[in-house]
Amino acid sequence: MEFEALELARWQFGITTVYHFILVPLTIGLSILVAIMQTAWVRTGKEKWLRLTKFYGKLLLINFALGIATGIVQEFQFGMNWAEYSRFVGDIFGAPLAMEALAAFFIESTFLGLWIFGWDKLSKKVHLATIWAFALAANLSAYFIIAANSWMQHPVGAVFNPETGRAEMTDIGAVLSNSTTLVAFPHVIATAFLVAGTFVCGVAVFWMVKKAKANKADGDLPMYRTAVRMGAVTMLIASVAVIVTGDVQAKLMFEQQPIKMAAAEGLCETETNAPFSLLTIGDLTNSCESVKHIIAIPGLTSYLAAGDVNAEVRGLNELQVYYTERYGEADYMPNLAVTYWSFRFMIGLGLFSIVVGALALWFTRGGRNTDKTWFQKAAVWTIPAPYLAGAFGWIFTEMGRQPFVVAPNPTGSDEIFLLTLFGVSESVSTGMVATSLVVFTLVYAVLGVFWYRLIVRYAAEGAPDIQEPVEEDETRRPMSFAY
Amino acid sequence: MDLAVLWFMIIALLWTGYLVLEGFDFGVGMLMQVIGKDAKGRRVALNTIGPVWDGNEVWLLTAGGATFAAFPEWYATLFSGFYLPLFLILLALIVRSVAIEYKSKINDLAWRTRWEWAIIISSFIPSILWGVAFANIVRGVPINEDFTYTGGFFNLLNPFALLGGVVTLALFATHGAIFLALKTDGDIRGRAEKWAVTLAPISVVVAAVWAIWLQLAYSDVLWTWAAVAVAAVGLIGAWFFSVKGRFGRAFGANVVAVIGAIVLIFGSLYPDVMPSSTDPAFSLTVANASSSEYTLTVMSWVALVLTPLVLLYQSWTYWVFRRRISTEDMPEHNELTFSKK
Ligand code: HDD
Ligand code: HEM
Ligand code: HEM
Repeated sequence: MEFEALELARWQFGITTVYHFILVPLTIGLSILVAIMQTAWVRTGKEKWLRLTKFYGKLLLINFALGIATGIVQEFQFGMNWAEYSRFVGDIFGAPLAMEALAAFFIESTFLGLWIFGWDKLSKKVHLATIWAFALAANLSAYFIIAANSWMQHPVGAVFNPETGRAEMTDIGAVLSNSTTLVAFPHVIATAFLVAGTFVCGVAVFWMVKKAKANKADGDLPMYRTAVRMGAVTMLIASVAVIVTGDVQAKLMFEQQPIKMAAAEGLCETETNAPFSLLTIGDLTNSCESVKHIIAIPGLTSYLAAGDVNAEVRGLNELQVYYTERYGEADYMPNLAVTYWSFRFMIGLGLFSIVVGALALWFTRGGRNTDKTWFQKAAVWTIPAPYLAGAFGWIFTEMGRQPFVVAPNPTGSDEIFLLTLFGVSESVSTGMVATSLVVFTLVYAVLGVFWYRLIVRYAAEGAPDIQEPVEEDETRRPMSFAY
Repeated sequence: MDLAVLWFMIIALLWTGYLVLEGFDFGVGMLMQVIGKDAKGRRVALNTIGPVWDGNEVWLLTAGGATFAAFPEWYATLFSGFYLPLFLILLALIVRSVAIEYKSKINDLAWRTRWEWAIIISSFIPSILWGVAFANIVRGVPINEDFTYTGGFFNLLNPFALLGGVVTLALFATHGAIFLALKTDGDIRGRAEKWAVTLAPISVVVAAVWAIWLQLAYSDVLWTWAAVAVAAVGLIGAWFFSVKGRFGRAFGANVVAVIGAIVLIFGSLYPDVMPSSTDPAFSLTVANASSSEYTLTVMSWVALVLTPLVLLYQSWTYWVFRRRISTEDMPEHNELTFSKK
């Protein structure tokens, strides 16, 4: 395959996956939050919980539809654009993918169908069980896909078979309990809850302020206040979880993919007491010569790497030599500017929501609510922040792994790694990748506009009023939640 | 038994599940306009598949994932080789799933009509292309010694493959009409029954020609004649029972036909999974395309535990939504419009 096809295939993977992951975290987090709302309704019988369930449930459905639409492409993209990669890893990588479909997607899709159409057909308890089944399966699906992804970051439980030229699995337990998976999964799930909490809180603050401004005694105020607090608490817990798991993950990455972390710091020379830089500039040559640190906190990178401000952290130049000796001649430097900035944007944008979450709790303390317009704006404008943080997190993880598509495991088999260059399909021409890239991107853009408009429209409508069904005869009741 | 052979059969089973299930919901999508007629009728048609279409589609994802896990080489060669048809199928599936979910979200005639057309067109495209793809797999395509597909797009458009496309199109449309005849009431049911009776004989004729062609030209074994016979009995049965107005049985007969067709296709392929038309020595086979023994063992346990569960709760869904629906079940539109009040 030609050089351009490689670049295009990478763009295509990046665009389709980042797009998929805009939808994924909201589904993962919101499904659980909606399940909790419905549980509260079944338990207490309070109407506000039913209204919130239906309100956020509709938003969840709008999001889910595009989530599955973009997921289908992912499943087949490995074979289409990355055939050589698929041949190399299929023995291991295919297993979690197939398990994800069998164990999670079937439950997700079947039980969501039951939830949507089952409002008047299932008993309250059974209906409640369907949303829990859906929500737990959505979270489970993340586990399997992260396990697959983690194997590319840190291959374990496999050996290289020189006869077939493929990696072969020797231990499924090791693959599913990869140390990388065990920290990446909670990090990603925490991200999902940060996204969902910020979303629930932002939308509810919008309504609380709007109602409070019109009428201090509006009957809907307590309901929106509840949602604000539920979102805010989720945000705060999720932020802490994101930071803790992120820190563990960073320490692990210094061992597993040291060059990724050195790139994230723009750290050229091996240093003890290595600083964490807040602002670094360079030029587009992607070389160490051009890197200039402007503002830096001494010792923080050493601390991130090993929990000790005086620890030695290996720099890019040393690592380049080390990788060349071990894995052969190549340029092992990831894109410095991208890894450096995506790492900082991930952290910065994500932490931004903590402030809003804390303020929301403060303003709603002791039965209070707020009518501050600035806070309304802030809460709504914060909604995109964790989304962007998540996208930058993936861009960092994936581009920091370059030039490998399967990064070598420093303590594992030295034969199991694959350069991205050798992963692409041989039979696929530049024209074909270009066509699919352009068309998918355009279709995604158009569908994204509808998704956005629907979300905004339904959020702007507020929680629906509950009408009791008019028909007495249960079998003749019109389908209330149907298409 | 050799695990690779077992997985060859499991993949055949997953495709059977997919074609049987998503087959009817493609059919419903294609016939939504002619059987539904007016706006309410089209809604009824769509709501018959509403609770189940996504679950049906997961059979495809599972077939894809299982192929990746059990036959990585097959997965790689097939999907990179059949790039453009697969691209079109994916495009249709994306648009279709969004269209089904978004159509009813806004109460605006133009919005609904556009999404309805999107559903109809995106149901036609995969219905044709799956047939084209399967026909090409059995027929064999140019593959070199590295298992890389060397043909172009036009290699895939041969008469046998195109006829295969017509077969799946006719089969799914018939299947959809029979399903609607089973699941609806009132005028729609009448129209669905008429369409089923009209479409069933067309399926019989095109499928018979294609199956016999396949058997004579691309099958090396005689026993697959039995599969041809099973498919024929199924299709004729579907026609017979449609004429008799026994649509439950007609549906069952169609399922038998799909099973016959899959057995025919996979039976003729075996021991290849993707024959090479360049040189039989370059063919991907059950043995040379499969994963390691270990992976296959693990996956066998996973499939053994999970597949019965999936069948159980999916059947339960069909049971919960067993009642026929008609225009009376459709509530008045109380959805939102884009322009506020
Ligand atoms: C952290 C979670 C996560 C990540 C990294 C990915 N996905 Fe995903 N995916 C989900 C979490 C998820 C989900 C929560 O289960 C979804 C998202 C929205 C949804 O509706 O289900 C989903 C949907 C979804 C579907 C549709 C399922 C259906 O029809 O019900 C497929 C086929 C995939 N994904 C496949 C993939 C592949 C091959 C990925 C790797 C590149 C991938 N996803 C990344
Ligand atoms: C949903 C979250 C994910 C996002 C946002 C994401 C993002 C990206 C990005 C931005 C690239 C392009 C890198 C580049 O241009 O160099 C990429 C590449 C890639 N990713 Fe991911 N990724 C995600 C999850 C996964 C998962 C779960 C897998 C595997 C199961 C995976 C496998 C790959 C592969 C095969 C490539 C192509 C090779 C390459 O260019 O790096 N990704 N991903
Ligand atoms: C102090 C804060 C954080 C630290 C130290 C941190 C650390 C990390 C590290 C080291 C990685 C790369 C892992 C790899 O290469 O495999 C990563 C990935 C990622 N981060 Fe963070 N992170 C932090 C905050 C956040 C926030 C706030 C979000 C989103 C809201 C976020 C979302 C992600 C995502 C989605 C990934 C990619 C998936 C993964 O590999 O786990 N992170 N993070």
